Amino acid sequence: MLRYYFKLGLLSIRANPMLSALMVAAIAVGIGACMTIVTVRHVMSGNPIEHKNDVLYHVQVDNWNPDEPYEDPNLPPVQMTYLDAQALHDAGRAYRQVTSFKAMRVIQPVGEDARPFQEDGRATTADFFPMFDVPFRYGSGWDRSADETEERVAVISSELNAKLFGGEDSVGRSITLNDENYRITGVLDTWNPVPKFYDLNNNPYEAPAQVFFPFSVAIAGGFDNSGNTSCWKPIEEGGGRAAFLNSECIWIQMWVELQSAGDKQEYLSFLDAYVEEQKQLGRFPRPLNNRLLTPAEWMEDREVVADDVSVLLGLAVLFLVVCLLNTIGLLLAKAMRRAKDTSLRRALGASKAELFKQHIIEAGLIGVAGGLLGIGMTWLGLRGLENVFIEYDFIDNLVRMDWSMVMLAVALAIVSALGAALYPTWRTCNITPASHLRLQ
Amino acid sequence: MLKMTNVSKIYRTDTVETHALREFSLTVDEGEFVSVTGPSGSGKTTFLNIAGLLEDLTSGTYELDGRDISSLGDRERSRVRNEKIGFIFQSFNLIPELNIFDNVDVPLRYRGFDAAERKRRIEQSIELVGLGSRMQHYPAQLSGGQQQRVAIARALAGEPRFLLADEPTGNLDSHMADSVLDLLGEINESGTTIIMVTHELTLANRAKRNIFVRDGQVSDGAAELHFAEMAAG
Repeated sequence: MLRYYFKLGLLSIRANPMLSALMVAAIAVGIGACMTIVTVRHVMSGNPIEHKNDVLYHVQVDNWNPDEPYEDPNLPPVQMTYLDAQALHDAGRAYRQVTSFKAMRVIQPVGEDARPFQEDGRATTADFFPMFDVPFRYGSGWDRSADETEERVAVISSELNAKLFGGEDSVGRSITLNDENYRITGVLDTWNPVPKFYDLNNNPYEAPAQVFFPFSVAIAGGFDNSGNTSCWKPIEEGGGRAAFLNSECIWIQMWVELQSAGDKQEYLSFLDAYVEEQKQLGRFPRPLNNRLLTPAEWMEDREVVADDVSVLLGLAVLFLVVCLLNTIGLLLAKAMRRAKDTSLRRALGASKAELFKQHIIEAGLIGVAGGLLGIGMTWLGLRGLENVFIEYDFIDNLVRMDWSMVMLAVALAIVSALGAALYPTWRTCNITPASHLRLQ
Repeated sequence: MLKMTNVSKIYRTDTVETHALREFSLTVDEGEFVSVTGPSGSGKTTFLNIAGLLEDLTSGTYELDGRDISSLGDRERSRVRNEKIGFIFQSFNLIPELNIFDNVDVPLRYRGFDAAERKRRIEQSIELVGLGSRMQHYPAQLSGGQQQRVAIARALAGEPRFLLADEPTGNLDSHMADSVLDLLGEINESGTTIIMVTHELTLANRAKRNIFVRDGQVSDGAAELHFAEMAAG
């Protein structure tokens, strides 16, 4: 019977093209508006490293002002001082540990006519690549010994590799960063985690760095931090770079990878011991307030999904509801038009249950059509957002529609159509057949 | 085999109660061809709707083949309607977007027959009404008489025990009406019980028994008088 009902559904849609088209359009517009915001929110709230969420931790120690917390209510700073980052990294108490900061670099391509250009760079440690499962097209990251010996090595993105070397395997070749040559050890494969979980302090939606180089090289070379720096205590005047490195200014992100979730308490104890030790040296004036947050917890803590987006999502859902109310009206109109057909089927032996199946399947077909058109509407909505926010170079990362969103759009459309069809179908099934068949 | 005893049907609104049938009692035996006549508003169609399980009765009992069906649930009523009763309407009530074959197929779908059995019954009943060459035609491509023949084929395809006809020739010219009545006569001869509501004398005379309904009740012996009055003009 299901095949028969599918056939009847298609015939009914064909027999009432205008009403059917209006219903499909109402659902599609509602789905398009809703899914546009859902997609943006989905991208914003995604966890690109979910598979390691239980072993990766963002490290926070509270070196802040004794008179006021870094953030209410008594939250520790979101970044770390160089002193602490270096000490914790060197302690090597985690399975892997990464310290990093954003540092723009000027790249000099090979060739007389080639003009230098600036790219996002990231100073980091060797564990960055295996810790975050960064994929490589050619080669690999550098090893820990390169960190220790301040070796001039670099990993570049596939885009930069295409720009400088035409996409060829450039491992072993040189790249010039701010007039210094670095040996390329690896070329990344496509890697664009959104949000950029490992550094939420500097625009979580921007693309990853184009070039990575050792943290130790950046420190020794005095590379400026291109990200946010916050200080609660003035830096010693005239102390230069050394004073900055020894200051209480926070500007470095630190992550650790533990071998199991059970190691978290042990590492926290280590942090507490470290802070107690620093207190003896006159630092860390606030009470113990160290934190280890998983990537998911860290993104929630930093409110990666802005409240505005949630408000927009609410409005989009309301808009979908309005569209569905219109669809209910249209379905009722269609049910009225088809009362005679329904009555006839009742007279010929259709039970209310059979009629319910027939009409609900037809609504499902309308839902599928609305969902497919809704995908198109969503695509248009996302392109609209892209055009409105064209000046933000990270907007591309927020308007990406993946397969899960496509499937969700169709599923939402079908569920919406079925939901909208419940009352009209119930009305249809409960008409008195005699009253419609009597009318000649 | 069709027995209504003291059946009442009352339509209620907030302010008005309308008694369509009052203490209506009637028995129709197997193989009968009964015409039901009466003035407008007398309750003929209400009787037919209740007989066809298209409406609930307010009080009384209705037995079909010895079974009280007034208290059946929707699923069971639908099954009885599908298996035992065939309908013929004045305005044919064919589904315009389905061809003749598929129109006749409708009641068989709800019966649960397999495709081969449905095809056999559909072809047999369409052949019976003389439209074997029009199976792929749509209702709009047929004359009124042909459409009514399709409706009869649809009613017969499930091999029902009862055929309920509501003014079956009301929308046909006299030539087509005769041909449809001839067909109904043949169907009755083959054993199907027919109950036909009509207000036309000539049609009523084709039945073997005439029932006259007035004010929602069977009026004994009044049918002949009524027809005589109609014939006298």
